[in-house]
Amino acid sequence: MSPRAAVRLLGLLLALAVAGCGGEADSSVDTGATQTHVAARPAYGDTYIEALRGNISGLIPNVLSDGPSFEVGSMIYSGLVGYDKDSNLKGELAESWEASRDCLDFTFKLRRNVKWHDGHPFTAADVVFTYETMVNPKTPTAYAGDFKPVESVVAVDPYTVHVRYKHPHGRALQSWSIWMLPKHLLEPYVLEGKLREAPQNRANPVGTGMYRFSEWRTGERVVLTANPDYFEGRPYISRVVYRIIPSSATTFLELKAGGVDGARLTALQFKRQTEYPAFRKAYTKYPYAANIYVYLGLNLKDPRFADRRVRQAFAHAINKREIIEGVRLGLAREATGPYKPGTWPYNPNVRTYPHDTEKARELLAAAGWKEKNADGILVRNGQPLKFDLLTSQGSDEGRKVAEIIQASFKDLGVQVEIRVIEWAALLKEYIKKRNFEAIMLAWGVTPDPDQYDIWHSSKTSPDELNRIGYANPEVDDLLEKGRRSCVEAERKKHYDRLQEVLAEDQPIIFLYFREELPVVSSRVRGIVPAPIGIQYNFNEWFVPKPLHRYTAG
Amino acid sequence: MLGYALRRLVLALPLLIGITFVSFLVIHLAPGEPTELQGGEVTSTQSDRELRERLREIYGLDKPLHVQYWSWLTRLARLDFGRSFSPDARPVLQKIGERLPVTLLLNIVELAIIVVLAIPIGVFSATRQYSKFDKVTTVFVFVGFATPDFWLALMLMILFGVQLGWLPISQLRSPMWEYMSFWQQHWDFLTHLVLPVVVATFGGLAGFSRYMRQSMLEVIRQDYIQSARAKGLAEGVVIGKHALRNALLPIVTVLGLSLPGLIGGSVIVESIFAIPGMGQLMVQAVFERDYPVIMGNLVIVAALTLVANLIADLTYSLIDPRIRVAARRGRR
Repeated sequence: MSPRAAVRLLGLLLALAVAGCGGEADSSVDTGATQTHVAARPAYGDTYIEALRGNISGLIPNVLSDGPSFEVGSMIYSGLVGYDKDSNLKGELAESWEASRDCLDFTFKLRRNVKWHDGHPFTAADVVFTYETMVNPKTPTAYAGDFKPVESVVAVDPYTVHVRYKHPHGRALQSWSIWMLPKHLLEPYVLEGKLREAPQNRANPVGTGMYRFSEWRTGERVVLTANPDYFEGRPYISRVVYRIIPSSATTFLELKAGGVDGARLTALQFKRQTEYPAFRKAYTKYPYAANIYVYLGLNLKDPRFADRRVRQAFAHAINKREIIEGVRLGLAREATGPYKPGTWPYNPNVRTYPHDTEKARELLAAAGWKEKNADGILVRNGQPLKFDLLTSQGSDEGRKVAEIIQASFKDLGVQVEIRVIEWAALLKEYIKKRNFEAIMLAWGVTPDPDQYDIWHSSKTSPDELNRIGYANPEVDDLLEKGRRSCVEAERKKHYDRLQEVLAEDQPIIFLYFREELPVVSSRVRGIVPAPIGIQYNFNEWFVPKPLHRYTAG
Repeated sequence: MLGYALRRLVLALPLLIGITFVSFLVIHLAPGEPTELQGGEVTSTQSDRELRERLREIYGLDKPLHVQYWSWLTRLARLDFGRSFSPDARPVLQKIGERLPVTLLLNIVELAIIVVLAIPIGVFSATRQYSKFDKVTTVFVFVGFATPDFWLALMLMILFGVQLGWLPISQLRSPMWEYMSFWQQHWDFLTHLVLPVVVATFGGLAGFSRYMRQSMLEVIRQDYIQSARAKGLAEGVVIGKHALRNALLPIVTVLGLSLPGLIGGSVIVESIFAIPGMGQLMVQAVFERDYPVIMGNLVIVAALTLVANLIADLTYSLIDPRIRVAARRGRR
């Protein structure tokens, strides 16, 4: 390399630094200037490219547990029931169903003329097979629990399935949203206990869903093609490509360059880096409340935290708005309990904890935390109010929330030390062994309100989910009643009361429901944002003919 | 020579087993277990104890550690690396095998470019020490060392991918790859390689050219270089023939040591460019505590390191007559 070349390279590097700082306005996003004038008439064809954060781990989602696999899996498979845009159950492979008054018997009428992707007819035998797969002790699935209360599943005729429960089970209907598996292909693998090793988990999965599998290149991409025989009609978009891109920064640049049509953004990208005209024109944002809330958990076996007033004081001391603004740039909703606002179990009339440091101080004083030591930390009987707050490595969000909480507790005279620990180690060494004082974690929320496993006092052993050691007889009773009924109005009464008690008790400090931040190319039409998100009607998404970008028929 | 090589190979075997034993122990004693992480932890409210016990049994984690190691080792002796603990349950060799070609390709191209560029840069800046060229390359080298991979990658992506639109941003193929003609496919693949190779080369180039410069500087101060010049040889011959051959010796060591690195991908470059290589596989395996994949990879790396050391030693005697002669004398 000549000296001049080296100098030129240095000059180039400086230019790069500038390019990185600004210049977003003139980026080469494909704007499709005519699109607003195009009549939005549905048309078949085109390819939709979505960015996936992680590699999928397999193609039979019943034995998997990661988000990307579910996202792809739910395009390939379908269940007896599914969810509509308001998270209410609707029939999928089941045309209709009847429940007996005592909630013990369910009869599903199956759709006729549904075919597996290989042309085989879908019948009641497949439903029975899927059930047997889920409860087979050799099947490594995380969802067997849902089928424990089932006494029997019988194929009455090829299009009628009768399910009998041992006792009423609140989640009974919801559990039949499980992906149906083809008996004629998978039976030998299930019997051997080798479902994960079945070739259908690696290539050529066969389902009844709206898309058929076409290709999976590990760590690179998954390609699906429209299922012309889909029971709700052939989807308009004829091909879906999932590009596996681990880095959110890269995903964002791919969006700007038009290399992907849909992706989830980070709060920063969503709020600050996409508000320029070219991006707004090329993409549409569809934020919605995610089914996940972030909380501060306190180990209730610790005598300091066993006192409800201390937890209430903490709830008052935390400024949820500040956290939401600071960490999520406003893209989250305050949580008042474990149910998502806007869903049927949610009860808005519960005790709330507005940010109030004075009130927090009073509550702490009432609990005996009045004096401060030389470091300005509250002490009671010589014991200072300081604790370690554990959070998972790689969760930038968790760490930031922890830092804000640390600062607001400091004013109160409560000292918080933040410790960031790798997830597998955090889970095994601290959480499961109950070897923690406080944790910063998140809970996923299912559409069914049954949260027996999280709050019931019998669920506190190491592998169980009542990690904080919460025990309240009234809550136990409400949880039991709630899951023993299948009548929504009756269940709602129990769960409304449950939320009141939890809000009063603050067994964990509920912080916020995160928002999901997807963007989709503006050439894609037919998207109807709803509380459940946007994916639910993917088969109705389409690209008007003049806007077709890829030639795939 | 052959006997020496064979002797070294035989001695390497117990060493290899020792390495696997220590690694096995360390990996299994690290907190966390693969079975912990498959319950759909965050999104499921289901209790996952039964699943865990089922998985422990399938994976053989319920047995004592020495039993586990022994069964792993005996299977390894038959070249059976086992199946991955991740839910795809695929054979480890298959998982490594599908990612290895990409990583090898990237690394070999990168190393070749580095060697081709670094040697002349090193030689020139040594022979013209403190010249303008030397000073500029010194600055360049510092910049190269100091530039974080991911930052450089993002900057190049913004410039060439977004602003100019000349090059693809990530991955190795376009989404419409299968609809391209044969030549388009190859061109597409090549253009996808440019940015990752540039980024990976940049840091390595800096270090390598420094080695070369240092080594050259030492050699040209030697007496025999003086004699060569005194004999009236042309400067080109003195540097190109007499000095360079000697200066290359330490470079061979460094090259030899970078051989095992060829199969270990760079996690940062791979993640940012979304390239499914060995780096991503290994990191994911570690986070998921996928013991068979981690161990399989370790065995291959360890074996390669031992082989690379051997090759480096043998190459010495090939290019350095002094070592050859000393070896012969020693035997006498």
